[in-house]
Amino acid sequence: MEVFVAALTVFVLAVFIGFEIITKIPPTLHTPLMSGSNAISGVTLVGALLSAGSSEDPTLATYLGLAALVFATINAVGGFMVTHRMLSMFKRRD
Amino acid sequence: MSMTLINFAYLVASVLFILGLKGLTHPRTAVRGNTLGALAMLLAVLATLLDQRILSFEYILIGVVVGSLIGVAFAAKIPMTSMPELVAIFNGFGGVASVLVAGAALIEVQGPSHQFTVSTAASGLIGAVTFWGSLVAFFKLMEVLKRLIQFPGQQFFNGLLTLVCIGLGSWLVLEPGQMDAFWIMVCVASLLGVMLVVPIGGADMPVVIAFLNSCSGLAAAATGFVLDNNVLIIAGSLVGASGLILTQIMCKAMNRSLGNVFFGDSGATPAASGASDDEVYAGKIKSTSADEVAMLFDTARRVVIVPGYGMAVAQAQHAVRDLADLLEQRGIEVEYGIHPVAGRMPGHMNVLLAEAEISYDKLVEMDRINATFQQTDVALVIGANDVVNPLAREDNSGPIAGMPILDVDKSRTVVVIKRSLSPGFAGIPNPLFAADNSLMFFGSAKEAVLDLVTAVKES
Repeated sequence: MEVFVAALTVFVLAVFIGFEIITKIPPTLHTPLMSGSNAISGVTLVGALLSAGSSEDPTLATYLGLAALVFATINAVGGFMVTHRMLSMFKRRD
Repeated sequence: MSMTLINFAYLVASVLFILGLKGLTHPRTAVRGNTLGALAMLLAVLATLLDQRILSFEYILIGVVVGSLIGVAFAAKIPMTSMPELVAIFNGFGGVASVLVAGAALIEVQGPSHQFTVSTAASGLIGAVTFWGSLVAFFKLMEVLKRLIQFPGQQFFNGLLTLVCIGLGSWLVLEPGQMDAFWIMVCVASLLGVMLVVPIGGADMPVVIAFLNSCSGLAAAATGFVLDNNVLIIAGSLVGASGLILTQIMCKAMNRSLGNVFFGDSGATPAASGASDDEVYAGKIKSTSADEVAMLFDTARRVVIVPGYGMAVAQAQHAVRDLADLLEQRGIEVEYGIHPVAGRMPGHMNVLLAEAEISYDKLVEMDRINATFQQTDVALVIGANDVVNPLAREDNSGPIAGMPILDVDKSRTVVVIKRSLSPGFAGIPNPLFAADNSLMFFGSAKEAVLDLVTAVKES
C-alpha cells in the first residue's frame, strides 16, 4: 500500500505540472504539442524493453514484449521526428 | 548498474520531459524542447538496458530496429495535411503498447499486489479502448469510413460493455491467476473502443483525437503503476493532462461538451429550424471580381486573412502568402486570424501556414484578432464558413448558438472567397454573406487568390 501511495503522489503531482505547463502553450503550437506528447507517451518503451529482454528462451511474454516494443518505438521515433519536422517550419520572417 | 542509479537516470529523464514540454511554450524554443524530449527518451531507454532483469538483447534489437524503420518511414513522408491521421494512428500504437506490456507483466509476475492487478486491468482497458478508438478515428479521417453507425440503444449497449469490462477487471483483481479475465476484458474493451467512435462524425474528430491523446498518456501512466516505474507515471500523466486540456479547448471552440460529442447526436445533422437559404440570401448577395478587390486593397491600411480548411484543401497556402507579401510591400499591415477549429486538429491551420513560410508572429489567435477587426479595412475570408457566422452571436437556438467566432463582420469590408453559397458543417445559411459590407468572390480558393495576386500587381 505504501508503494501505491508513493506512486499515486508522483502521478498527481505530475498531472499538476502538466496542467501548469500545457496551459501556457500557445494555440499556434497545439499540433506539434499533440504529436510531441504522443511521442512522449511512447515511454511505454521502457516496459516493453523489460518484457522483450526478460529471458534467454522466448516465452509468450517475450513475444508480447517484442510487439509492444515495435509499437512503442514507432510512436517515439516517428513522433519526435515528425514534431521536429513541423517545428522547424515555424520561422519568424522580418 | 544498481537500481538506484537506474532510478536516478529515470528522474533526470522525467525532468528533461518536463523541460521539453516547457520549450513548447514558444515557437523560438520549441525545436530545442522537442530535442530535449527525445534525449529524455533515449536516456530512459539506455538506463533500462542496464537493468539486470534484461538477459537477452536479441529481441530488443529486432524490435527497436523494426519500430525505428517504420517510425521514420511514417514521419519523413507524411504530408502536413494528413497530420491528424498520423497523430490518430500513433495514439493507437501507444495504447496497444500499454496493453501488451501489461499482458506480458501479468504472465511474468509472481504474487502480485492489488496495485499490480488493478493497474494491469486499467492499462488493458484504457489501452484497448485507445487503440481501437484511434483506429476507427484514423479510418474516418482517411475518409475510408464515412458512414455514421448509429442504432437505438447504443448508449445503453456501451454502458453495458463498460460494466462488463469493470466486472472482468474486478475478477482479475480478486483472482490474479485468471489470465483469461484480462484478455477477455481486452477484447470487450476493444469492442467498446470501436463502438464509442463509430457514431461520431468527421467534424468532431479533433475532439476525439485530443481525447484519445489523453487516453494514450493515461494508459502509459497505468503501465507505470503496473511496473512501479516513475518515469512512465510522470511522462504518462503529462500526456494525459495535455490531451485533456486540448480536448477542453476544442470542445469550447466547437461549442459542444465532451458528453455531447460522444453520446449526443452526430453533429452533422442539418438544422431543421431557422431561416432558409432563400430568406437570408435573396437579392442581397453582392458578387465581386479580382479587380474590384484589388482596388479595395489600394486604399486599405490593414488586412486580416481568415483561412478555413477549404483553403488548405485547395492547397492555396502559397498563393495566399504571395498575396500577403505583395500587400506588405505596399505598406499594408497583414495578419491572419486563426479559429481554433480552422484545421482538422488543434493548431493544424498554423502548421499548414507555417509550411508555406508564413511568419508565426502573423498567425493571431481568435481572442486577440477579434479585438482588431474594428480597425481592419478588409477581412479576406478564404474557405471558411461556420467560424465566421454571426448567427452564433445573435441567434440563441441554432446549432452554432454561443460558438465563439471570428468577428470579421465588424471590419469595414469583408471579402469572402468561396465556391458557392453552400452551408458548412452546421448546415445553416450564413448571414455574413448577405451583409451590407460583404462581397462574395466566387471561385476555388487557389484560382481566386492567384487572380487577386495578378490584379494587385497590375493595379
